[in-house]
Amino acid sequence: MSTAFPVTDIRNPVDPMLPHLATIQAVKPEAYGISTFSVAFVDPEERARYRFQPGQFNMLYLPGAGEVAISLSSDPGESGMMGHTVRYAGSVTRAIGRLKPGDTIGVRGPYGSQWPLKKTLGHDLLIVAGGIGLAPLRPAILSILSQRDAYGRVLLLYGARTPADLLYTGEFEAWQRRGIDVHVTVDLADENWKGQVGVVPQLFYRVRVDHKKTLVMTCGPEIMMRFVIYEALARRIPKESIFISMERNMKCAVGFCGHCQFGPTFICKQGPVLNFAAIEPFFGKEDF
Amino acid sequence: MAPNLPRVSASVAMPKASLQVVFDNLRAAGYLLVGPTVREGAIVLEEIERLDDLPLGWTDEQRPGHYRLKRTRDSHYFDYDVGPHSWKQFLHPPRLKLFSVEKNNGSWTIRPPQEPPPRYAFIGVRACDLAAIAIQDRVLMGSEFRDPHYAARREQVFVLAVNCSKANSTCFCASMKTGPKATGGFDLALTELPDVFLAEIGSEAGSEVLRNVPWEAATAFDLGRASRVIQRAERQNGRQMQTDDLPDLLYENLEHPRWDEVATRCLSCANCTLVCPTCFCTTVEDVSDLRGARAERIRVADSCFNRDFSHVYGGNIRPTIRSRYRQWLTHKLASWIDQFGTSGCVGCGRCITWCPVGIEITEEVNAIRAKAAQ
Repeated sequence: MSTAFPVTDIRNPVDPMLPHLATIQAVKPEAYGISTFSVAFVDPEERARYRFQPGQFNMLYLPGAGEVAISLSSDPGESGMMGHTVRYAGSVTRAIGRLKPGDTIGVRGPYGSQWPLKKTLGHDLLIVAGGIGLAPLRPAILSILSQRDAYGRVLLLYGARTPADLLYTGEFEAWQRRGIDVHVTVDLADENWKGQVGVVPQLFYRVRVDHKKTLVMTCGPEIMMRFVIYEALARRIPKESIFISMERNMKCAVGFCGHCQFGPTFICKQGPVLNFAAIEPFFGKEDF
Repeated sequence: MAPNLPRVSASVAMPKASLQVVFDNLRAAGYLLVGPTVREGAIVLEEIERLDDLPLGWTDEQRPGHYRLKRTRDSHYFDYDVGPHSWKQFLHPPRLKLFSVEKNNGSWTIRPPQEPPPRYAFIGVRACDLAAIAIQDRVLMGSEFRDPHYAARREQVFVLAVNCSKANSTCFCASMKTGPKATGGFDLALTELPDVFLAEIGSEAGSEVLRNVPWEAATAFDLGRASRVIQRAERQNGRQMQTDDLPDLLYENLEHPRWDEVATRCLSCANCTLVCPTCFCTTVEDVSDLRGARAERIRVADSCFNRDFSHVYGGNIRPTIRSRYRQWLTHKLASWIDQFGTSGCVGCGRCITWCPVGIEITEEVNAIRAKAAQ
């Protein structure tokens, strides 16, 4: 055969779609139908190499069930351990929900963009989360706490449908003590709830922000984020200072499958954390 | 290089029957030939071996929602335009096993497919489809991530291009600046003349396959005839796409009433995405045996016209045909440019021909432009 004809060497193809083996280390129930799964790669080298930034996600895989994009919710400074706070919503997440410590799970990642923590040193931070939207913000909070003096005021506005749906409630006191002003609300209270009642954007009326130096980071249902943006803009916080984390159907996480497109952006690559100024023409468009 | 082979970028004339020698050379070099052939009333792309497999003496008639084959009086091998198939079915297979998993004692073994993909020689690739392949190259190999399955097929493919000698009412390659002449990305490009093929050598491999072919240097007469053939195809382009105001025209008209209007005609059948040579979207299927000890992940072609394509917990992001047609058109002509630096449309016209209700992408853009938001 002539050398003029190329032949592809298919040995050792690097396939970004191949999951890597990992083991469940711990399962911690967080709220009704929501648990945090701490996962570590089986291969020690891979475990040592893996790093993620706050806001990024992994693809979690179970044979026969499928794969699902789950935000990292653990401390990015904790080497070797990947935390995923999972709500049992579909067939894959329900299969993950049946896992116990020691069980095997497939992991690939981390993927996606990160919260702008490095660019915002010295700024005031307004973190606004709804429901499980606090999960991708938790690594940001833990990262901020690890160098708390590097930022100005830090506020957390958080809410869920009911008190039983609130995540990480056991940590709020420590966050408050270490310098984060935590405000919590629920849409629907029960008889034991002594806190605020109402939707998350209403918490804006309990705090004052300096629009010249405040940066907003928000994650939650899109309808909530729309009103968070509305309240932020009403307080003259510039569009460029608002960052949102978005969710879309995702099959590959590497820009091949086309499912997560949001206008010009792939949520898996340019997102999930997006600057509001960049996506304003598309955000909130009906059925977009 | 052997003295009896033409140099790269030369143009030579060869007897039509000697194309069989090219086929034989390619097969001897280990290639699986795929090319146009007639099946079930259409010209499709399938494995071929002989000149007889080509649609000799056939031409096609394409209009919105209409495709018919007709006999011609000429003995031309390539006197038709692109059919329902495109080369993506070979480079980006619509069904592909990503890996299999076996569970043993709590752990798993993950095995990617071991068998090497076929080495394809594509026979009769038109200029619009060359542009489409270049676009899929950018999508699947041009970013930080690389699809190894696509790359393994793509990197060893042999491309025998054919310049179009006619165009249909659905063609608009000229306005998309992709055709009808193949200008690069091929190993060998043929222009069919009544008596000979004029062959442009695009690579060393393209020269190599002319071994034992009785070629002669192209004369000015041959070159002139060939260029007139291509000019005729360009003149016959049945429509145009105006692109100078894209992508902004579509971005600024996401609430245009035309989206509601087209939704009353569109069946959301996904035909346009299936025949489109650049549409690349996929989903995955997970299958397992009854005990759950063995499983496979299979990547399958998907379409933004499928309802579940945009499913997230709580519902589908794009539940209406209006929103799905808008997604397809704005992706193809607008956001594709932002994502990959190129339009997602090559002007091949397949989506117009194979739309069961004859929706014309060019007309939809014109309608939006006619009453655009200021």
